Amino acid sequence: MSDKLLMKGNDALAEGAIRAGCRFFAGYPITPQNEVPEYMSWRMPEAGGAFIQAESEVAAINMLFGAAATGVRSMTSSSSPGISLKQEGISYCAGADLPIFFANVMRGGPGLGNIAGAQGDYHQSVRGGGHGDYRTFVMAPYTASEMGNFPRKCFEVGEKYRIPSMILTDGVLGQMMEPVEFQGEPVDAAKLPVPEWAIGANPGRARRMVGSYDLRDGELEKMVLERVKRYKQIEEKESLCELKMCEDAEVVLVAYGIGARASLAALKLAREQGLKVGLFRPITLWPFPKKQLIEVALRAKSLLVVELSLGQMVDDVKLSIDCRIPVHLHSRPGGVIPTGEEIVESVRKALKAGPKEVACSR
Amino acid sequence: MQQVTRRPKSLLDVKMHYCPGCGHGIVHRLVAECLDELGIAKRTVGVAPVGCSVFADHYFDCDMIQGAHGRGPAIATGIKRSKPECIVFSYQGDGDLASIGMAETIHSAARSENITIVFINNAIYGMTGGQMAPTTLIGMPSTTSPKGRDVKVNGYPIKVCELLSQLEGARYLERTSVHTAAHVIKTKKALKKAFQYQVDGKGFAMVEVLSMCPTNLGINARDCAKFVGEKMMPVYPLGVFKDAEAPAAGGK
Repeated sequence: MSDKLLMKGNDALAEGAIRAGCRFFAGYPITPQNEVPEYMSWRMPEAGGAFIQAESEVAAINMLFGAAATGVRSMTSSSSPGISLKQEGISYCAGADLPIFFANVMRGGPGLGNIAGAQGDYHQSVRGGGHGDYRTFVMAPYTASEMGNFPRKCFEVGEKYRIPSMILTDGVLGQMMEPVEFQGEPVDAAKLPVPEWAIGANPGRARRMVGSYDLRDGELEKMVLERVKRYKQIEEKESLCELKMCEDAEVVLVAYGIGARASLAALKLAREQGLKVGLFRPITLWPFPKKQLIEVALRAKSLLVVELSLGQMVDDVKLSIDCRIPVHLHSRPGGVIPTGEEIVESVRKALKAGPKEVACSR
Repeated sequence: MQQVTRRPKSLLDVKMHYCPGCGHGIVHRLVAECLDELGIAKRTVGVAPVGCSVFADHYFDCDMIQGAHGRGPAIATGIKRSKPECIVFSYQGDGDLASIGMAETIHSAARSENITIVFINNAIYGMTGGQMAPTTLIGMPSTTSPKGRDVKVNGYPIKVCELLSQLEGARYLERTSVHTAAHVIKTKKALKKAFQYQVDGKGFAMVEVLSMCPTNLGINARDCAKFVGEKMMPVYPLGVFKDAEAPAAGGK
C-alpha cells in the first residue's frame, strides 16, 4: 500500500504495529502517548487482536510478558515515568528471551517533569534500563512515517534475536501530524509461524517453560553469555543510520529523533551561510552505528552532538570514535526544542575551538 | 492387588524442594489431579510465582511460565487474552498475591479474567525466611515483627476472600485448608470447581488455601497443622464467599 495518509505520529505508531502483525496491546494512559492506547482500543479488536487497559504500567508489561510468551506479536507504549515502571517487566522479558515491542514517547524529566518532548531517557534505553545485563534493540524515528514503519523492523529484529525491541521517540514527534506512507503489505498475523519456544495448548509435544532464572552453579552465567553472542551479532548486522551532506563537512552534527529535526533546520541554515556542516543521524541507538560514524569522523574536523538531554548520547559518540576528533555538545535538557539558529551558533564555536580544550570533555 | 491411588500424570516425578510439613506439596498434587480429571493438562499453562513455590514450574507436566513477584494475574491475563483456548492458572503465596501483587489480584478479579488462582495463605513469608506477611495474625511473631504483629505498627491482616467478594467480576471464591485429611478433600473439590469455572468460561475463580509453614513458624509439623486449625481458621473462616451460581454467602 502506497497511499499517503495524514496522521499523528502516535497514531502512525499504533497503525504501523498492527500492520506489522501486532495482535496484543496492553497499556496505561500517560501523556504524551495517549493516542496509542486510544487508537489500539478500537483498531486492535477490528484486526482480531486483544486490547487491555491495564491497572498500571507494571501490570501492562507483565501482561505483555504472558502474551509474548505465547508467540503473539505484542506491544505496549508509555512515556518516561511509565517506562521506568515497566523496567521490571522489560528485564524479565530480556531474561526470558521474549521479543516484546514497546515505545517510549519521551517527555521532560526527571520525576514527573513535563509533557513536552525531551530525550532524557537515552541512557535508560540503550544501557538496559532494568536490572541485570541485557540490551534492547532501540530505533529512533524522526518523522511520522518512520513512526509508522519502524514497528515492523522492531518485531522482525526482536524475533530473530529473541530480545525486547523499542522505539524511542518523544512528545513532539508523537503529536506531530505529517503524511505517512506505510511500506510493504500488512502482515497476516495468522500466517506468522508459531515460535518453537512458545507456550500454549500443547497436544503431542513436550511441555515448555518460559522463565528468567537458573540457580544452578554457573548456569545463569551460561545463559547470559549465550545472549551476549546474539548481542554481538546485532551490533555487527543491525545498526542503521542516515547521513546528510557529510562528504565535505567540517562539522558534523550528530543527532537522533526530534534533535535531528532541529539539526536539519540548522544544517540548511549553516549551508546558506557557507558553513560546511553535515548531519549524522543514528536510526538505531542500540546498536549504535559505530563503524559508520568512524568513517564520517575520519573526514571531519569535529562533531557536534545535539541532544535534548544533559549529554547522554555524547558518551556513545565519544566511545565510538575513540576521541579521534573533538566532540562538542549542544544540550537542551528541559523539554525545550533547540532552534536552528542556536545550533548554528554552536557550530561556529566548534569551528573556532582548539582541539585540546574540547576533546573528550563536555 | 488393587491400586487405589497413584501419582497424578500432571505432576512430574521429581524431588520437590519443600520443607517437611509444608502444604505446597499437597496442593500441587491436588492441582495436578484436577488437570488430569478434567482432561485439560494438554492445554493448560501455569504461572509460577516468586516465593517458596517459585519452582512450581519444575513440578507440573504442563507448559509453565515464571514471572516477577506478584505479577501472576497480569501474566495470566496476557496468556489468556492471546490464547483463549488455554486453561491458565496462577499459583501464588500470600506475600505474592496479597502484598506486592494486590493491584494485579484485584484488577484481574474486577475484569473477571477467565483464569484460576490458587492462593496459598500460611500467614508468613517463607522463602525469604519468615518475615511478616500481609496475612500474619495479630500478635504473631515474625522476623520483622519479633514482638508479635502490633496493629499500631503493622496494621491488620488482610482477608483476601472477603475483600474480593465485593467485586462483581469475582465469580467463585472459596477458602479451604489442608491441615487435616478431611480438609484436603474439600480443598480438592474447591480447586476442581475453580478450574471447571474456567473451562465453562464463567470468569475469575480463586481458592484460598490455609496452609502450614513449620519451618518459619518454628513449630513441628503436627503443631503447625494445629496452629492452622486453632489460630488461623478463626481469623480466616472457611467457606464459599462467592459463587456466581449461588447467592454470595458470608463465609462459614
